[in-house]
Amino acid sequence: MKFVDEFRAPELITRTSEEIRRLVDPARHYRFMEVCGGHTHAIYRFGLKDLLPDNVELIHGPGCPVCVLPMGRIDDGLALSQQDNVIFAAFGDMMRVPGTHGSPLEYKARGMDVRIVYSPSDALKLARANPDKHVMFFAIGFETTAPSTALTLMRARAEGIRNFSVFCNHVTIIPAIRAILDSPDMRLDAFIGPGHVSTVIGCRPYEWIAKEERKPIVISGFEPLDMLQSIVMLLRQLQTREAKVENQYKRVVPWEGNRAALKAMAEVFQLRPYFEWRGLGFISQSALRIRDAYAEWDSERRFDVPGVRVTDPKAAQCGEVLKGVLKPHQCKLFGRECTPEHPIGALMVSSEGSCAAYYNYEHRKTAAATMLSQTA
Amino acid sequence: MCLAIPGKIIEISPDNPDSALVDVVSVRRRVDLGLLQDDRPKPGDWVLIHVGFAMSKISEQDANDQMQTLRMLGETEAALQEVKGYGLEEENGSEAASS
Repeated sequence: MKFVDEFRAPELITRTSEEIRRLVDPARHYRFMEVCGGHTHAIYRFGLKDLLPDNVELIHGPGCPVCVLPMGRIDDGLALSQQDNVIFAAFGDMMRVPGTHGSPLEYKARGMDVRIVYSPSDALKLARANPDKHVMFFAIGFETTAPSTALTLMRARAEGIRNFSVFCNHVTIIPAIRAILDSPDMRLDAFIGPGHVSTVIGCRPYEWIAKEERKPIVISGFEPLDMLQSIVMLLRQLQTREAKVENQYKRVVPWEGNRAALKAMAEVFQLRPYFEWRGLGFISQSALRIRDAYAEWDSERRFDVPGVRVTDPKAAQCGEVLKGVLKPHQCKLFGRECTPEHPIGALMVSSEGSCAAYYNYEHRKTAAATMLSQTA
Repeated sequence: MCLAIPGKIIEISPDNPDSALVDVVSVRRRVDLGLLQDDRPKPGDWVLIHVGFAMSKISEQDANDQMQTLRMLGETEAALQEVKGYGLEEENGSEAASS
């Protein structure tokens, strides 16, 4: 556990943690899902579990875009990029994600032109700088990054840059939450809502969770105090048998979201009828495709996509971990065949994946403790 | 990728109102303001940046808190690396964007 006094407002953290202990019913077990991968990372990094009573369990949700992408999409993107004169551009997070025949980084080692970009607009810049090549931007992310891709496509069209396209893997958070709630092996009491996705979509899209499903949801910031306060807000709702959407992260998240960002998304994207998610299977209307008006900049329409479907390695239990049915260390491969250095599943690649977070903080801690106890 | 990086607007580009020079812990790069069209930031304002685009205006206090969060998460380096990467400063060199 991190020392509480390293954090901002340590006395407030201690008091909030005590408040949580007062609010919990000792006879009850609470299961709260943090939807966002950023929260998952923060929970492990801060050792937040140590500040919570044992009967408050945090379940890691599907909000890590790298982790929910099925391997077939990576294979498809890499296959398109193997054509002559194509540059494959993607965020750094994608580079070590394994496809069937290797990660983008490994393809690069074999001679494919693979570039890390930190912004979709830099992929467009690459296209401007390399007029004799085609730049394919492998776009991933929830509503936090989708508006930036949308605006970049609008700029590409306005400028008439034709050697640029987007292989679109953008997904939307709400249908994933619905799929989890519909899953028969999942029993949840409440949600810690994503912070940065909500700066774009606002708080309204979560209202059905409260109204129809009768589950509390609190949009939360990422500091330890934010998350503890969000848990207090959830517990208070449960105590009074209420279910509503609350916004703990008001300093960043406006209730209505970011209108300009939503407008850009609506201009460029439309919902796909269905899309495959790793671990969750096909979810209807859960991902974005590029509208006809931008077809020329859509890699999937510009090129023949192989449409690869790959099942995850049998022994790997990424799906169960993604749904929160298994804890990372309960997967047979965890920490043995599958490590951050040699990831088999995507959950081990991204720092926001629950396996990597668990490995980096919990597993190492446990391994050190075991070693100490053996030498003692 | 999901990092939210706080930056201070230094200057809006005179020939492009959607492009601003921002300062993130003394690293200065251009970011896109196109997603804040409804509430345009001015020089001196603080914004949260995702993948090269300013996504929301925040207070200076919140910007400091966010930087502290990144520090606590051990992500300051990653954030600075991301900001330094904006704009492909060493572009055209084939190795510019690889590391």
